[in-house]
Amino acid sequence: MIKRDLVIVGGGPAGMAAAVSAYENGVKDILLLERDQYLGGILNQCVHTGFGINYFKEILTGPEYADRFIEKVKNIPEIEVSLKSIVVGLARDKAVTFLKPGRLEAIKAKAIIMATGCREKTREMVHIQGTRPAGIFSAGLAQKFINIEGLLPGKEILVVGSGDIGLIMARRFTLEGAKVQAIVEIQKETRGLLRNMVQCAEDFGIPVYFNHKISRIYGKDRVEKVSVLRVDDNFNEIPGSLFEIKCDTVLMSVGLIPENELIEMAGIRIEENKTSVPGIFMCGNCFKIYDLVDRVTEDSFLAGKLAAEYLK
Amino acid sequence: MKTYDVAIIGAGVVGTSIARELARYRLDIALLEKEEDLAFGVSKSNSGIIHPGTQNPPDSLKGKLCVQGNFLIRKISKELGVDFKEVGELIVAFNEGDARELLRLKKEAGLLGVTGLRIVDREWLRKNEPNLNSEAVCSLYAPTAGIISPYRFVYDLAENAVKNGVEVFTKTKVTNINRLDGYFEIGASSGVFKSRYLVNAAGLFADEISAMLGVNNFKIKPRKGEEFILDKKKTDLARHLIFPLPSRISKGVLIIKTADGNPMIGPTAEDVEDKEDFSTSDIGLNRVLTSARRLIPSINDRDIIAYFAGLRPVAGSDFIIRHEEKSPGFVNVAGIQSPGLTASPAIALLVAGILKDNGLALKKKLIFHGHRNKTIHLFAAPASKTRRLIKKDHAYGDIVCRCEMVSAKEIRDAVKRGARTMDGVKFRTRAQAGRCHGSFCTTRIMKILAEETRMPLTEITKRGKGSEIVKGSSR
Ligand SMILES: Cc1cc2nc3c(=O)[nH]c(=O)nc-3n(C[C@H](O)[C@H](O)[C@H](O)COP(=O)(O)OP(=O)(O)OC[C@H]3O[C@@H](n4cnc5c(N)ncnc54)[C@H](O)[C@@H]3O)c2cc1C
Ligand SMILES: Cc1cc2nc3c(=O)[nH]c(=O)nc-3n(C[C@H](O)[C@H](O)[C@H](O)COP(=O)(O)OP(=O)(O)OC[C@H]3O[C@@H](n4cnc5c(N)ncnc54)[C@H](O)[C@@H]3O)c2cc1C
Repeated sequence: MIKRDLVIVGGGPAGMAAAVSAYENGVKDILLLERDQYLGGILNQCVHTGFGINYFKEILTGPEYADRFIEKVKNIPEIEVSLKSIVVGLARDKAVTFLKPGRLEAIKAKAIIMATGCREKTREMVHIQGTRPAGIFSAGLAQKFINIEGLLPGKEILVVGSGDIGLIMARRFTLEGAKVQAIVEIQKETRGLLRNMVQCAEDFGIPVYFNHKISRIYGKDRVEKVSVLRVDDNFNEIPGSLFEIKCDTVLMSVGLIPENELIEMAGIRIEENKTSVPGIFMCGNCFKIYDLVDRVTEDSFLAGKLAAEYLK
Repeated sequence: MKTYDVAIIGAGVVGTSIARELARYRLDIALLEKEEDLAFGVSKSNSGIIHPGTQNPPDSLKGKLCVQGNFLIRKISKELGVDFKEVGELIVAFNEGDARELLRLKKEAGLLGVTGLRIVDREWLRKNEPNLNSEAVCSLYAPTAGIISPYRFVYDLAENAVKNGVEVFTKTKVTNINRLDGYFEIGASSGVFKSRYLVNAAGLFADEISAMLGVNNFKIKPRKGEEFILDKKKTDLARHLIFPLPSRISKGVLIIKTADGNPMIGPTAEDVEDKEDFSTSDIGLNRVLTSARRLIPSINDRDIIAYFAGLRPVAGSDFIIRHEEKSPGFVNVAGIQSPGLTASPAIALLVAGILKDNGLALKKKLIFHGHRNKTIHLFAAPASKTRRLIKKDHAYGDIVCRCEMVSAKEIRDAVKRGARTMDGVKFRTRAQAGRCHGSFCTTRIMKILAEETRMPLTEITKRGKGSEIVKGSSR
């Protein structure tokens, strides 16, 4: 088995910052594995601005923020980047198995940093009653459709949840000429940033229903409508409050969850930036969901440093 | 116009099993299906269990065909390269009364010819099914119970049938049938078909097809079953299929092992009116969770990654498989509720016999290509095999669906083998069926579908016309 000092899983902002920091703290043999065909992670599809205010003291778009780190990583020959490389196995003895076009490889690492990011919660996870037609998307997928593929996933949109991605997508859809019928949020206030609430919903006159939840999705082949209910602060349904909203698309923006299956399946426990296995570290959104990428970067510098200290 | 010897309406597991069985003989066969793809009816939304034959009245047709089907499916799955796993089932008793009931079930199943049955005690259960509720006192163990992928079984049966000359017509909804002199004239959405014999395997709509020939002697009542799929990381939740004691109308809520590796809990059993009502409900979820937790208390609803509802086509308490004297040459295969998946190979044999008894000549072909090369699924392959595959074809190393580990090569192959919709790809490969529900791979799969079929991206559907994924281009 090939031996490496430090293997980093995930080439988003977290993995890149961890690599740079590990190098700066003395690690000279680093392998960065990224399953996508480019570095940058989720930032690549975030073409809106609002990144880097804290770290770079500038307002950047997602790809611009990512590019700054991609440049840094490229200029450090000790960091080997392997793209289209998906890690499929992690063992407690720090063996990492990954696939890439053309081969399956197993590597024995002295230290590992997990920076696999997060995924969006789905309609299935929050359990919404009703049918399962076309037209139900996570907000992130809708973002990918519009920003990367140039496709419009729907024309009459209902957004479930008022997280940042949902708010940003509500604005995006409006700018694309679609009609955002409503944003429905079960909490009594937004979970997103206030500035997004104002700039994405209020400025466009999109109705926001706080203390409301979707109770059912209708439609055989394509979403046709949803029914909505008012709830009290303990999420109990208020009788008689049911009404319907016509839409062809339901956009789910109900939160993110860390992508930790590799760690879990290996039976490893997560502790602050570390794990129950000495030498396996975590950073970025797979460790904790961060609203701001700047915090991810900070967090990942720490993880890189911890790994370097461990390797000394 | 060509006159087929046999036309079969409905490409679910029953219709395709019959088609493949009849393909052994020198016959012209047409298989007509209204949906865009095969297995989009009841056969895609069930528990995937190959039942041993327990829980059926000893004098029932479904009981007999179930036991026979359980036996036959072993050989067929080998021939077709479909994974059949004999995992065994446990019917659990929680008190002395239950335990007596188990003895009755054991006796009845014995009469049907189910083999290997035995009662296992607490000690055995603790050792062999560690997550089972410790209050269980004993269980009826049926080692011959197994699991299969119900949709992949249909696709592979159909592919093999086609290889042996069967013609499959999708997007072909039968709307009217006339019995003329010596043949049937079948009007469908895609044209008119002529056949000497007609087999009705239309699942939920079998009563409507039968009525087109004036045979109105049964009615199909849908009975809904909601099922909830758990994350693959819980694959070891149970080692066997776990059943409660059956009720009068259903086998109860089960802990199911699936061929895909995800555990599943369900189904409910609720009579409904609408044959197209596949919605799931909070009531169903709560019912399933409560019942499933009685069997395995540690089940966590946060591990649920998907759910669906299926409708059992119920016509009384047993299957209806018969030649209709009122319309000579017409065979009804209706009311195929559970255990229809298990029984399907036996149903096919029975139907072939009925056709023969009514004058269809069954002359064996010189060559019947019974063997089909196994479809490759990385998620089921050991590392050494994966390594070899990737070396041979780089596209196996290009993972598209990361949750279920499905490569670009598998998806491309699925399209080449007939998938035309996103669901068609999902059922064949499992891509989009994992925890992220296609959030990451939908666009990539659409592009592969578009490339292979030369469809524009805007025409790609989830499961046929009307279910287009996107509404146009962005600005
Ligand atoms: C839609 C959206 C909008 C946002 N808007 C803002 C904003 O306006 N301002 C702001 O500051 N922040 C914003 N954020 C938050 C910020 O983008 C994230 O916090 C940050 O990108 C997280 O970085 P990460 O590296 O932890 O995860 P990711 O960016 O998700 O990177 C994880 C990487 O790991 C790779 N990976 C995962 N598993 C494997 C594996 N098994 N093998 C190999 N590689 C793997 C993935 O492909 C990915 O590239 C937004 C986030 C989203 C999702
Ligand atoms: C929740 C649930 C769980 C189950 N679990 C199990 C199990 O674990 N084990 C088991 O053995 N059985 C099980 N069953 C039963 C099993 O799924 C069915 O018995 C079996 O799938 C029936 O197959 P079929 O081919 O008759 O029906 P279908 O698969 O519905 O096939 C009929 C086909 O006919 C087509 N059709 C209808 N009308 C027309 C028309 N006018 N023109 C053209 N085509 C038409 C339909 O589109 C459909 O594809 C379960 C059923 C349910 C609902």
